[in-house]
Amino acid sequence: MSTRLADHGRLIDRSKPMNFEFNGKRMKGYEGDTLASALLGAGQTLVGRSFKYHRPRGIIASGGEEPNALVNMGQGGRFEPNQRTTTTELFDGLYATSQNHWPSLEFDVGVVNNYVARFLPAGFYYKTFMAPRAAWKHVFEPIVRQSAGLGKVPKDRDVDTYEYFYHHTDVLIVGGGVAGLAAAKAAAASGAKVMVVEQTAHWGGRTPVDGGEIDGIPAADWIEATVEALENMDNVTLRLRMQGSGIYDHGYALGYERVADHTPGDGRPRHRLWRIRAQQIVNATGAIERPLSFAGNDIPGVMLAGAVRDYVVNWGVSAGDRTVVVTNNDDAYRTALVLKEAGLEVPVIIDARAAVTSPLAQAARAAGIRVAEGKGIAKVHGGKFVTGVSICAQAGEGSSLEEIKCDAVAMSGGWSPVVHLWSHCGGKLIWDEVQAFFRPDPARPPLSHDGKGFVLTAGSASGALGLSDVLTDADAAGKAAGKAAGGKAGRKAAPKAAAEVHQAMEPVWIMPQGASIQKRMKMWLDYQNDVKVSDVQLAAREGYESVEHTKRYTTLGMATDQGKLSNINGLAVLSDALDQPIPQTGTTTFRPPYTPISFGAIAGEAKDELFQPIRKTPMHDWHEEAGAYFEPVGHWRRPYTYPKPDETHAQAVNREVLNTRERLGLLDASTLGKLIVSGPDAGRFMDMMYTNLMSTLPVGKCRYGLMCTENGFLSDDGVVARIDETTWLCHTTSGGADRIHAWMEDWLQCEWWDWKVHVANVTEQLAQVAVVGPNARKVLEKLGGMDVSKETLPFMQWADGTIGGFDARVYRISFSGELSYEIAVPASQGRAFWDALLEAGEEFGVMPYGTEALHIMRAEKGFIMIGDETDGTIIPQDLGLNWAISKKKDDFLGKRAQLRSHMVDPDRWKLVGLETLDGTVIPDGAYAVGEGVNANGQKNVIGRVTSTYFSPTLNKGIAMGLIKHGPDRMGEVVDFPTLDGTGTVIKARIVDQVFYDKEGAKGNV
Amino acid sequence: MLTLHCPNCGVMADETELHAEGEAHIKRFGPGSSDEEFENYLFERKNPKGVHFERWRHVAGCGKYFHAARNTMTLEVYGTYSAQTLAPPKTLVNAIKKKHPEWEGWA
Amino acid sequence: MRRYSAFAIAREGARYHQGWERAWNSPVPKKKYDVIIVGAGGHGLATAFYLGKNFGITNVAIIEKGWLGGGNTGRNTTIIRSNYLQDPSAAIYEKARSLYETMSQDLNYNVMFSPRGVIMLAQTQSEIRGYQRTAHANALQGVTTEWIEPARVKELVPIINLDGPRYPVLGGLWQARGGTARHDAVAWGYARACSDMGMDIIQKCEVTGVMQEGGKVTGVQTTKGDIACDKLAMVVAGNAGDLAGQAGFRLPLDSVALQALVSEPIKPCMDVVVMANTVHGYMSQSDKGEMVIGGGTDGFNNYTQRGSFHHVEETVRALIETFPIIGRLKMLRQWGGIVDVTGDRSPIISKTPLGNTFINCGWGTGGFKSIPGSGWAMAELVAKGEPGPLAADFGLNRFREGRFIDESVAAGVAH
Repeated sequence: MSTRLADHGRLIDRSKPMNFEFNGKRMKGYEGDTLASALLGAGQTLVGRSFKYHRPRGIIASGGEEPNALVNMGQGGRFEPNQRTTTTELFDGLYATSQNHWPSLEFDVGVVNNYVARFLPAGFYYKTFMAPRAAWKHVFEPIVRQSAGLGKVPKDRDVDTYEYFYHHTDVLIVGGGVAGLAAAKAAAASGAKVMVVEQTAHWGGRTPVDGGEIDGIPAADWIEATVEALENMDNVTLRLRMQGSGIYDHGYALGYERVADHTPGDGRPRHRLWRIRAQQIVNATGAIERPLSFAGNDIPGVMLAGAVRDYVVNWGVSAGDRTVVVTNNDDAYRTALVLKEAGLEVPVIIDARAAVTSPLAQAARAAGIRVAEGKGIAKVHGGKFVTGVSICAQAGEGSSLEEIKCDAVAMSGGWSPVVHLWSHCGGKLIWDEVQAFFRPDPARPPLSHDGKGFVLTAGSASGALGLSDVLTDADAAGKAAGKAAGGKAGRKAAPKAAAEVHQAMEPVWIMPQGASIQKRMKMWLDYQNDVKVSDVQLAAREGYESVEHTKRYTTLGMATDQGKLSNINGLAVLSDALDQPIPQTGTTTFRPPYTPISFGAIAGEAKDELFQPIRKTPMHDWHEEAGAYFEPVGHWRRPYTYPKPDETHAQAVNREVLNTRERLGLLDASTLGKLIVSGPDAGRFMDMMYTNLMSTLPVGKCRYGLMCTENGFLSDDGVVARIDETTWLCHTTSGGADRIHAWMEDWLQCEWWDWKVHVANVTEQLAQVAVVGPNARKVLEKLGGMDVSKETLPFMQWADGTIGGFDARVYRISFSGELSYEIAVPASQGRAFWDALLEAGEEFGVMPYGTEALHIMRAEKGFIMIGDETDGTIIPQDLGLNWAISKKKDDFLGKRAQLRSHMVDPDRWKLVGLETLDGTVIPDGAYAVGEGVNANGQKNVIGRVTSTYFSPTLNKGIAMGLIKHGPDRMGEVVDFPTLDGTGTVIKARIVDQVFYDKEGAKGNV
Repeated sequence: MLTLHCPNCGVMADETELHAEGEAHIKRFGPGSSDEEFENYLFERKNPKGVHFERWRHVAGCGKYFHAARNTMTLEVYGTYSAQTLAPPKTLVNAIKKKHPEWEGWA
Repeated sequence: MRRYSAFAIAREGARYHQGWERAWNSPVPKKKYDVIIVGAGGHGLATAFYLGKNFGITNVAIIEKGWLGGGNTGRNTTIIRSNYLQDPSAAIYEKARSLYETMSQDLNYNVMFSPRGVIMLAQTQSEIRGYQRTAHANALQGVTTEWIEPARVKELVPIINLDGPRYPVLGGLWQARGGTARHDAVAWGYARACSDMGMDIIQKCEVTGVMQEGGKVTGVQTTKGDIACDKLAMVVAGNAGDLAGQAGFRLPLDSVALQALVSEPIKPCMDVVVMANTVHGYMSQSDKGEMVIGGGTDGFNNYTQRGSFHHVEETVRALIETFPIIGRLKMLRQWGGIVDVTGDRSPIISKTPLGNTFINCGWGTGGFKSIPGSGWAMAELVAKGEPGPLAADFGLNRFREGRFIDESVAAGVAH
């Protein structure tokens, strides 16, 4: 059983004990522990259940590659599933529960899957659960879903905050081990701006565990001195607890900083996402140890040899009292030596290599440890924990030669460079035959905007495994990065370590090499997803030969560790099954992030009220105080209506319509787009932008205009005012201002760049109020200042002046049919002007109205609305707007498009008014049906409603719609089926689209 | 996450400041053109695997449009230049040709 | 082909699964085929399947430059729905959806079609009107959808936040028989069935040239040699423009990246698929428990199968806004695919300037859900030389005539 040792533990502070709770049990650890080391220290070897078979799972690794030891952590608004214990720093009061079991970790009903595992091989669900047809959704799938899924579902909204940082640097170094530090030192010496990020809370990586000397001093001292030196340099930024999570195009990198995961609730943001732009990135991301594939290699207590060593040295925790070491390389001997030195038993080192004579092996022998050469593990004994191993010949089929009692197994299948970040953005790999791993191919790096490589690797991430080689490689990478980022060439010698003599590792993909199918069905490749050697072999046999097919068919490498332990072993097994070399099989694609990063961090501060910017008119606060019900329009929020406390929205809208038609209404029209088009060629330009002839509009006059896309479709409309000889002011829809502005700029900058025209978007410079209704003139005259009489300011004219002391531009235009003035004042005066209008208007029955009343009033008048009568497929001719299309112009945007055969088809649906026979309202979106069905069996349709409202003015339903041959069918009745479920069809008569004040008498006063 | 040099304001702009505006140097056809010319103008696109001449707008920067020559396979940017031109600069075309002799060239 | 069943698994389990045969053959190409289909993605394989099943044409090769199902078929978010607005779209997507209903049985391969329902949220007044219009259109098109009120949305999706301070949920368009399927299995199931009909699936074989004579195609040059054919079908999303270029014609396409991502798996919390077009994101939960998330396309022409991170940020924000409980979940993996987008964002199933050559492309973000319908329509076009009713409106000629099929009318993103 694992336990806390009396000594060792360079990272823990035994004077600072910390209490935590796991599955309801109170446990004790120390400051500096990870949750994993604390669990092991407390004797908890069983920590979870696997995904598919619900097999018992223990801690296997000591870092981000851990596939098993994931827990539900925290409670309430700080609950988080799938938290990796090996990367979770312990804090006092930590609360965790294990995952994926019922009713308990020790007794899990789901383990029944394990007993029938033989009948649940890779891909079994593709071959069954097909009959009866409904059973998949109703029976099988719910079972699959319930038994999958790992962590629990959070119930509450996250209570923590997150933020973004931006950082520009010449050189980014990912990884703060000795390679990263050596590279940083070299890069910083070039004068370049350097940032070093390390995902753990400690500098130095694995080196302090393995020891050795650098530049003549102990490695740990060198690390300390180097960090101190870097800290004192102005051009260096060092960050701990920050992972280089992803590398993207053109030198973009994501830094995921876990600011307060270990100090929850201290007021700091929990995570910080760094958006980094670097000229050069050095990946000093180290290497990950590979497991060995032997039967029972997933039983809790079987761990990576390097991790076993880490737990002793870093945290003073032993994985077991008697640990069998099994390996194919020298490095695992270090683990044996560390265990021995800590007073623990190592009954045997099982080495697959036939004869082992390296210095490390000699040291182990000298320490009294037995080395069994040419041997492998035939089988691990145990269930929820290891009780022993059977030894066999590696070259054989697995007959047990000897059984050895133990409570832990430390395995090493060799090391693989962490190539993830190199690969994220297109870096290519080569297979290293000698060391049996993929490493970055320096000749094919990710390319930046200039077509040159922008990523380098340093140390074991390059494939250098001994300390001496690591330092040499890292120094060279740091110098190269500094120089490529514009620094000066480095001349200082690389840090030095004594060269080590290693005996070559021997690739071992299956142990023993001739293992039977029964054994191969017990050799785990992917611990979390339960993928075994036999599964990969089955995939190959069934023709899933591409590494991507095998991955997807077996789910190898698709778990939350993304195959950090399983990928190389899996593709080696696949290559063997296909009888092809490993590089021909290749790897699956490495995708960001390196380890999972929180959605909270990705979203940053942009949530709730800050999710998107809110654009506010100068009168916005007034609307809020008045209790307006808002609707989002682009980033604006416009009052839909101003309901009184006892009113429904519909009642409020009707009141607003009637009051405006009978007395006086005010609309905040500030969101309307206002674009100034000015210059000697502005008239010519306006004639291209609008379908109408705008160049002839006299100064002082207004004209309603249409704009089309080059594809002929109506895209925006609004009133244009001629300001002076060379200046026009274009009103656009609220949602269209930015789009139309960009559209104008596009044509001016990219097509007619020799035309002398400027466009300015002054939408937010002006507040605009529509003063509407029979009393409109009265209120303006009361405020006084300029002549707004019918004679001086007739319909479709504008004038500058003052009203009530406000500088104003008054447009005599109407979207309601009433007497109406739209008055623009400087934005800074908007609220004051609005208040003045309300005060002066009180005696005239003033009321503000919202967008819905606006819509109804324009529909009563048969005016079209962009977005209702148009949807991107409508040309002006469909809407009977031919009068607004100039026939005098040779060209305007959209003109050529409107000549195409489908655009001049007489069968196009045309706009008409619709009046229901019974006075009801046609539902929004209803279609008019014709006879029969089309070739696809769909009911034939002959039109649809585009705007449909209850008209409080007329006290009945009114609508506009597009109907095939509509204008030729006046008076005819068409059918609109409803969706009320009873087959009700609403009958509507085709009528003129102007329902109210056809002769225009109301506005012409 | 591309970076492109804006030739109008001179900054190296991040993709988040920019808006891609599609293929560059498309000749406009208006009234009087054939159906085929008009169709090609509006819809037919080179969409190459390789060198692409394209329009960008520095929308959250100076607001100006510019042109870029960019590789759609590697995302390398060979150069950016004024939007007020009917064809890419010869020097740019030559530089790309030199780098990719197999490139069919600007047409 | 030996049938898959629970019994077969039991039988093979007894002998440690040593007796399973290959799901599909990987033969050396023959000299000539009646039909060559370029592209062994979902659409290409479905085309082949229905050529065999509906028209008895089985002397067919499906040529794939990489591994079958390795393009967008294997990298999408697996959503299946047919609640489209325009008649031609609704017809082909509903055909596809109905074929998904029986696909597992038709192919004897469990593609795990799960009609768990799809909701498209309305969060603005214009979205309300747009989806009500779609609901009316769908009723007449034979597509079962309904407009639902916020309370019903909450009932179907308990983890949703209806009162987002920025964009409250005002209702939704609900298609109860929409859902998801296992994307890889669709390609594998079709491949196995095609192989069983005697068709040749030739992987790792790249087309390097199109051989022509007198305005007709005579065959293709490939990295595995020249292969002759009577008819050629190009079904290569993401590479359509390139392949058409080899055949000497151009297409109204731009190729852009579309990104997706998944969270770490959690226990079941959301049965249905939710699409939120105002905030621009959509999410479902896979059978493994991962939240499967997507958003809009990247903006620029791109063939790298990777996108820009700020799009991921926007999508994740949108979904935290919609589902606040996901804030503490973690992104496990993000990836990208290349989608071909046409001038009206609807697909092309069409004859080409070459008499015996046909093209199927431009599915944009709607490719996966359409696979069986697309294959059905394409097979008819290839077999008869003329489009049937499903494909009739998707011809290339529509761009000249101005006869577009524009779905952006109803929804900003069409996934």
